[in-house]
Amino acid sequence: MKYLHLVWANLRRKKLRTTLTIGSFAVALFLFGVLTVIHFAFYQGVEVAGADRLVVINRTSLIQPLPLSYKEKLLQLEGVEGVTHANWFGGVYQQERNFFPQFAIDTPTYREMFPEFAIPEEQWRAFVADREGAVVGKATADRYGFEIGDRIPIKGTIFPGTWEFNIRAIYTGTRPGDDQTQFWFHYAYLDERGPDWIKGIVGWYTVRMGDPDASAALSRAIDDRFANSPYETKTETERAFAGAFAKQMGNIEFLIVTIGGVVFFTLLLVTGNTMAIAVRERTGELAVLKTVGFSDLGVLLLVLGEALLIALQGGVIGVVLAWAAAPGLAKGLPGFTFYLAPSQLVAGVALALLVGLAAGALPALSAMRLRVVDALRRV
Amino acid sequence: MVRIEGGGNGSGLIRVRDLDKRYRRGSEEIDVLQGLHLDVDEGDFVAFMGPSGSGKTTLLNLLGGLDVPTSGSISVAGDEITAMSGSRLAAWRARHVGFIFQMYNLIPVLTAFQNVELPLLLTTLSKAQRRTHVETALALVGLADRMKHFPRQLSGGQEQRVAIARAIVTDPTFLLADEPTGDLDRRSAEEIMELIERLVGEHGKTVLMVTHDPRAAERAHVVLHLDKGALVEGQGARQ
Repeated sequence: MKYLHLVWANLRRKKLRTTLTIGSFAVALFLFGVLTVIHFAFYQGVEVAGADRLVVINRTSLIQPLPLSYKEKLLQLEGVEGVTHANWFGGVYQQERNFFPQFAIDTPTYREMFPEFAIPEEQWRAFVADREGAVVGKATADRYGFEIGDRIPIKGTIFPGTWEFNIRAIYTGTRPGDDQTQFWFHYAYLDERGPDWIKGIVGWYTVRMGDPDASAALSRAIDDRFANSPYETKTETERAFAGAFAKQMGNIEFLIVTIGGVVFFTLLLVTGNTMAIAVRERTGELAVLKTVGFSDLGVLLLVLGEALLIALQGGVIGVVLAWAAAPGLAKGLPGFTFYLAPSQLVAGVALALLVGLAAGALPALSAMRLRVVDALRRV
Repeated sequence: MVRIEGGGNGSGLIRVRDLDKRYRRGSEEIDVLQGLHLDVDEGDFVAFMGPSGSGKTTLLNLLGGLDVPTSGSISVAGDEITAMSGSRLAAWRARHVGFIFQMYNLIPVLTAFQNVELPLLLTTLSKAQRRTHVETALALVGLADRMKHFPRQLSGGQEQRVAIARAIVTDPTFLLADEPTGDLDRRSAEEIMELIERLVGEHGKTVLMVTHDPRAAERAHVVLHLDKGALVEGQGARQ
């Protein structure tokens, strides 16, 4: 710590240059943060997927249905501890741009299957008791100002007409990043009011396993059970299902890695060059430090310290700005959860420090190798 | 007592024997120092003179452990410095040598206090102890009221006095001064030489100084001339 003022004083030597270099880090880390937020938004299902859950869909595609009768058959299989089902409703609230995911759920089993969503008991009871009741995620409730007791019209796009629901409960996620945008209502209501073709069929099943390590065997057992039937199934873990779903929207991961890679490589070159100039400009001073007894390693650490301090400041500014901007992104893309986890904030700063270390390495090495006699001759 | 013959045990503070320094410039080899002997006792004040390129600064750099000889030995207070590794030599310099340069070589972004404190950062002294040492050194050079000034806010003479404070703050075994008055006006040069004389006379410091200025040299106990890579005793010094 006693050397910190030395490092600090050197950074203040050229304030504009230092500010611009810190700014470069801040911009790069802001971009990193935003890309991470977007990645999370697309892959949130993967991130928070239950380790003990399987998703069973129609083998042909997700939009093809499965019979309601499969529920009992699934429960008969060894290793299955619980089964629930849901249907995609696909309606809009008032206007087409007001989209949030709506599911017709199997009320008796759904809540138990997804314990990560917290619902006050009395609200849940009110929902169960109301045929037109609905449960809405806190993010969607906040976005549209929904309150308990509100009557909400949803215009069906798959199921014709305007469907009215009573908000009876608001759920919250118990983990950071849990999806709080969903809207649930009773499958019984859909089955009763919907067209004839929806009766007795569901969109997909979610199965809870007794032993998460046996997921491959159980998936196979489920698919074998329904093989050669009119409704063959495709079973995979919730994580794999969510990952495949996200990939349908394009290879976001590849885009993020490519953009991030280019940005950080450019940052490395810019910072490395700046540090090299900073070291070259004060060759004589570094020689003086060595003359009064600073070791080669000590001088190397001082120069690296400067690079790291720049990276730290820029990194912290960048990720904090990205964290602050995340809720703003949600307004542009409703239906997604934009969230920068604390671990990603730390990862961003660590990445900045890594780039700072790499950028400072060559100038620090040249400072370390500096021969005092040669340097003093140049003063 | 300063001797340049090289005989005897050489039990003084600094003992140099058969010192050679050879440089290669392109295909040409230049012998800067050849078979140089020197003995310096504690409290001596030695001035080295000679034409440019005669090897004065090279000798000073070798004595200060900033450069390594081609052959020969240099021992200071019993330590053979030519055998030391780079990191040991750095630690040795911090403990035993105080450097004073012609161009002062202060760090422009540090205050006078922080410049003087630099060598103390390498010690185990506490912050309070470092402060006491720095204040004492700056008071000794007459700059107790300039501690918070940056080098650009000081005159040349004051800058050199800060540099001297930096050189003495660790109470080193000896001081090496390379043209300490070379960049100063006459009056400031006189003040600096008086200060160096006081360090020798009142505080018992050992000083080895390179200079072109005869007025500065005549304040030394002994003036040695470098001629063809060897030392010869000169005139004008006060014995």
